[in-house]
Amino acid sequence: MTTSSPSKVHVTTTINGQEHELLVPPYMSLLDTLRELIGLTGTKEGCLDGNCGACTVSVNGRIVDSCLVLGPEVDGKTVDTVEGMATTDGLHPLQQAFLEEAALQCGICTPGFLVAAKGLLDNEPSPSEGRIRHWLAGNLCRCTGYDKIVRAVQKASS
Amino acid sequence: MVATFEPKTDYKVVGTRPIRHDGYDKVTGRAVYGADMKLPGLIWAVCVRSPHAHAKIKSIDTSAAEASTGVFAVITGSDMPKAQSKLVDLGEGNINFKWASNKLMADDKVLYKGHPVAAVAAADRYAAEEAARKVVVEYEVLPSVTNVVDALAEDAPILLDDLVGDDLGKDVNNTNMAAHERHEFGDVEGAMKTAAHTIEREYNMQMVHQGYIEPHNATATWDEENRVKVWTSTQGAFTARTQIAGILQIPISSVKVTPLEIGGGFGGKIPVYFEPLAALLSKKSGRPVKMVMERTAVFETTGPTPGARMIIKLGADANGKLVAATADIWFEAGANPGAFIDPAAQCVYAPYEIPNTRIDGWDVLVNKPKVAPYRAPGSPQVAFAMETAVDELCEQAGWDSMQFRIDNASKEGTRRGDGVLFSKIGMQEVLEAATASDHWNSPVGEAPAGKKRGRGIANGYWFNIGLKSSANLSLNSDGTVQLTEGSTDIGGSRTSMAMHVAEVLGIGAHDVRPTVGDTESIGYTDVTGGSRTTYATGYACWIAANNLVEELKKRVAILWDIDENDVDFNDGVFSSKSEQKKTISFKDLAGKLEDLGGPANSTGSVDLESAGDGFGMHIADVEIDLKTGKTDIVRYTTIHDVGTAIHPSYVEGQMQGGAVQGIGWALNEEYFMTDEGSMANSSFLDYRMPTSLDLPKIETVIVEVPNPLHPYGVRGVGETPICPPIPAIANAIKDAVGVRLYKTPMNAGSIVDALK
Repeated sequence: MTTSSPSKVHVTTTINGQEHELLVPPYMSLLDTLRELIGLTGTKEGCLDGNCGACTVSVNGRIVDSCLVLGPEVDGKTVDTVEGMATTDGLHPLQQAFLEEAALQCGICTPGFLVAAKGLLDNEPSPSEGRIRHWLAGNLCRCTGYDKIVRAVQKASS
Repeated sequence: MVATFEPKTDYKVVGTRPIRHDGYDKVTGRAVYGADMKLPGLIWAVCVRSPHAHAKIKSIDTSAAEASTGVFAVITGSDMPKAQSKLVDLGEGNINFKWASNKLMADDKVLYKGHPVAAVAAADRYAAEEAARKVVVEYEVLPSVTNVVDALAEDAPILLDDLVGDDLGKDVNNTNMAAHERHEFGDVEGAMKTAAHTIEREYNMQMVHQGYIEPHNATATWDEENRVKVWTSTQGAFTARTQIAGILQIPISSVKVTPLEIGGGFGGKIPVYFEPLAALLSKKSGRPVKMVMERTAVFETTGPTPGARMIIKLGADANGKLVAATADIWFEAGANPGAFIDPAAQCVYAPYEIPNTRIDGWDVLVNKPKVAPYRAPGSPQVAFAMETAVDELCEQAGWDSMQFRIDNASKEGTRRGDGVLFSKIGMQEVLEAATASDHWNSPVGEAPAGKKRGRGIANGYWFNIGLKSSANLSLNSDGTVQLTEGSTDIGGSRTSMAMHVAEVLGIGAHDVRPTVGDTESIGYTDVTGGSRTTYATGYACWIAANNLVEELKKRVAILWDIDENDVDFNDGVFSSKSEQKKTISFKDLAGKLEDLGGPANSTGSVDLESAGDGFGMHIADVEIDLKTGKTDIVRYTTIHDVGTAIHPSYVEGQMQGGAVQGIGWALNEEYFMTDEGSMANSSFLDYRMPTSLDLPKIETVIVEVPNPLHPYGVRGVGETPICPPIPAIANAIKDAVGVRLYKTPMNAGSIVDALK
């Protein structure tokens, strides 16, 4: 597993709607692929072992911890990150609700929570509080005690 | 002479909830945190760490690592400058440069598992990790100690050969006891003998971690003019500069620290870890060097809060008044001195008026990471002991524990355990708010079959601190204001600073654009810690805003050709005192400055000795599964005197976040140590912090007893909320299932054991 060992993998992937053609080392995580190769540093590193959710992204519409996925695995797939949530029309309703409800303090877990919560609301527009708490249990926040995060997701749901 | 202020209520900006200025960047992923730093030619570095908790380093061979693909530089303890033994105050705790340096990179001995012994910089992180595995270290393993009882035993292995312990003023050699201090007032023994009811109990707590989601990080360059530039996630750019310069043995003016956005700290990002190492690797490689800590190392080598052994004795008279108390407190410092026994002494009795008190505290070295401040360092530990002892005393004597807390509440003039006399405090108002709360007046409710419910209450206290802060203002021609301040923003403080300025200038919170400065763009500012930021930096912002008003009065005087003493300013409008009809708004004036003397800037700074004490009470309802011992929090309310809430949403956030950290500490979190001195649960999977699923909504009751030392009455709210949860939950467990637990964590296993 050195930089000189196995040759890089040719990966074609669509990230936030834009196609990227990349040469990815076979051992490189999707997290590092996004952060180091593409420069999308909105996705955060918290633990590198899939236990904090700070690196949550969506692959083909399913949320994953990008530290547990290898970059080459997204060849031919669609990846969505926090950077793709706002459009020229403005913030995503979840982003707006997070601001209005003061649902972030330090903000390091926020991208992961936003992508995870979007994954919920895209499929279940009106989840109960219990459902929200269950869905977000894979994302750790150490600042807020989750209260205002849950309220923000409730506010953004229809 | 300390300035005092009359409380006000007619605020326009204070008490509102504007969207935070940095929020848009933080919800879109644009905000640049420490690990997001990029520089041309950047290389990565990682540490080689000790697998042993205590060992002599016999040899280190870095040759294979140096020859590894993509490697630029390798350093070991021999590359560390020999730092002086010099104690420096970092605002929330002290450091000694010599030990601080040794903590970052071992010299001839490793003192805890994970202690760095070398660092390797290479083209990328993967190449650095590969090379780090090729460093060969030969150790002579030594016996280790991981608790205070073993560390103080006669034949205990000694961590630091050159440590001279301070035992009530006497020097002690060959010891793991760094300090023993005592605070004694009144006739403790005599009063205890007269007490109608006494209780004495021992409490033990494991270390816990702050658990910030963002790992430590640093990016550094050592340039051709021997200047060190550092970009990092820190709670204080200036205290980081002090540490970096002290450890590298270079002048502070040679170091520039740029604080990037910080992903949590809770005290744990006051000490530096990687910054000096990245700088040394940059010097050796000629390249910018970045380091990001792996999570295991965050647990094993950075800032836990002290584990503790405590013995509390309380005595009360027949009428339910406390007459005497003693507390013996042993705190684990980790591998270097500094276990926060001072703050523990300041906090232990603070919610109560007790005429006769003694406190003995011991600062004890163990083979674990050096502790760092963690949200009210020392106070949650003593709150666990004191607040559960109070409940047990009440139980024994047949008293209502809420009424007992009201009858014995500290107030203005009460002497704290370390001798300080309280000024205006809000303990009584907090208790009034608690008894009036919806939660207190609602039944605990029925538990389903196989489960039992109970309710517990507890007080909490943190003194809050003042210290030094700086703020600069510049007026734009469109009437908006640029604010540069020195407090790194860990939870929305930038907006509170802007609100201080906006309130004075009679403009909106979003008419002020706040920026956190680096060490070369703003004056000295102490750490974001000690619950001081809104109090002290807010105060500096208030001064700067008032100075801007004074400057602008001069410009109005030019405009109207009158004496500047004739100019008045109210609610964003300048007027002439003699000619009432002559007015100009702040915004209109801003557009005319070009012809009135040019740019208008101002500055404000403070060095505050005192702050406003922070008291709180929490009410916890638990539901316990009798078979599994699992505890669910079914309702939880936090009640805190915050002085004045500048931005209530972020005040509530501090109350909720602190409460939940305390809930995790109470129920699950601990450093689970093996016999060899290794932490067995150093991942987020095994070090189980609360998730959204573990919690109900956290209710908040903000009590406002304005602090006369701050222009708007701010006390600070960051820390007190972590103090009541542990005893409130212990008391609730007792209420639910009838057993008392004297150790944390009070996890399912310990409840099942206690129920047997």
